[in-house]
Amino acid sequence: MRYDTIVVGAGPAGLAAARAARRSGNTTLVLDDNWGPGGQIWRGREGLDVDGVELQFSRQLEDVPSDAGQVILATGARELFLPFPGWTLPHVVGAGGLQALVKQGLNVRGKRVVVAGSGPLLLAVAANLSKAGAAVVLVAEQTPWEKVARFAMQLWRWPSKVFEGLRLGSSKYRAGLWPVEAVSGGVVMSDGVRYECDYLACGFGLVPNLELPMLAGCAIENGFVKVNRHQQTSVQCVYAVGELTGIGGVEKAEAEGEAAGSGKVVRGDHGLFVRMLADTFQLREELRKLARPETIVCRCEDVPLSRLGGCLNKREAKLQTRCGMGPCQGRVCGPALEFLYGWPADRVRPPAFPVTVRRLIDG
Amino acid sequence: MPRIKINGVLIKVAENTSVAAAVMNADLASRVSVSMEPRGPLCGMGICFECRVTVNGVRHERGCLLKVVEGMQVSTDAV
Repeated sequence: MRYDTIVVGAGPAGLAAARAARRSGNTTLVLDDNWGPGGQIWRGREGLDVDGVELQFSRQLEDVPSDAGQVILATGARELFLPFPGWTLPHVVGAGGLQALVKQGLNVRGKRVVVAGSGPLLLAVAANLSKAGAAVVLVAEQTPWEKVARFAMQLWRWPSKVFEGLRLGSSKYRAGLWPVEAVSGGVVMSDGVRYECDYLACGFGLVPNLELPMLAGCAIENGFVKVNRHQQTSVQCVYAVGELTGIGGVEKAEAEGEAAGSGKVVRGDHGLFVRMLADTFQLREELRKLARPETIVCRCEDVPLSRLGGCLNKREAKLQTRCGMGPCQGRVCGPALEFLYGWPADRVRPPAFPVTVRRLIDG
Repeated sequence: MPRIKINGVLIKVAENTSVAAAVMNADLASRVSVSMEPRGPLCGMGICFECRVTVNGVRHERGCLLKVVEGMQVSTDAV
């Protein structure tokens, strides 16, 4: 069956888009690679079904759907992981990563956790881990106190976010502190202090999942999908919503989804909040210097930093070292290399995810 | 509660647990890297492939995208 609207991603943006598209009378299909709706932030939440909309889960897309009048991409963001000594040890997990795993049934009761990296997500993760019974030892934000304070002072503009900020505040929160080396059973922080922990939950902010918009040929501007006031990309029937167009959280995501699905313009102005987040949690220079020559950068192919020294871009690194050529196809090391060396994103070709030969044969 | 085997050992796992979480709860690394380092899940959302395991004979399945099912056979020794 041909749908009027296909939405890729069942997080806040995708669900809002589907709801609005359905209300506009469109036959609508939502696809997601997870086993249930909600994306990362609403993972496991009940009551997210959309009346009259077909939702298909565990659907991995290797290419952009072409059999629809309108395709709304709501593929969200992933965490930015930066290489530092010891970051490949099994007790080092993403910050959002550990939270996702807890929602998947990981038992953290009584486990000591250091949450580190950057962004408002760290406090949300710490709060959720505590609720799940973990002992949060430290929440370390790399950005300086002054910037955090300035950000907090501005939150009156968004009353719902002030509340969120207060609720999530933690006595273990420290700004201007970052991990320099993960060691067995702990982590050494930038103040030289070693913290013992069972998990180091570490993520340096969010980066958009641009693979599908790039495959569709959408123009990218400053690292995000370029859209007009209707969330339309440079490709006529393709729309992009949520974190793909700027890291800004749930309110922005839902407003953009609603606009893309209904054909109206986006409700509210979310640009200021997006810019404030980006400015407040800008990554410090020191983080570019954490990896040592022997530190692995590409975790799939175990390529250490020292082997990348002579390369000028991702293409060369791929050809000479296999960096970015493993199963994750550069999804982890790619954004890290953009931060470390300023290497731009490489082009994307289908399949966007590895597929089995059987799948290729069966079509 | 579904029962699954991880590396041949029978364990009971709570409903709605992912294979990746079940492997972590069993205190196991999910895979060994190409230079033989033990690795565990990183992103928890299907991006990084660090949680990949062999499930019912199929290699490179991402444990974080799979819910445990009664009788599942999981192996963590693949590269």
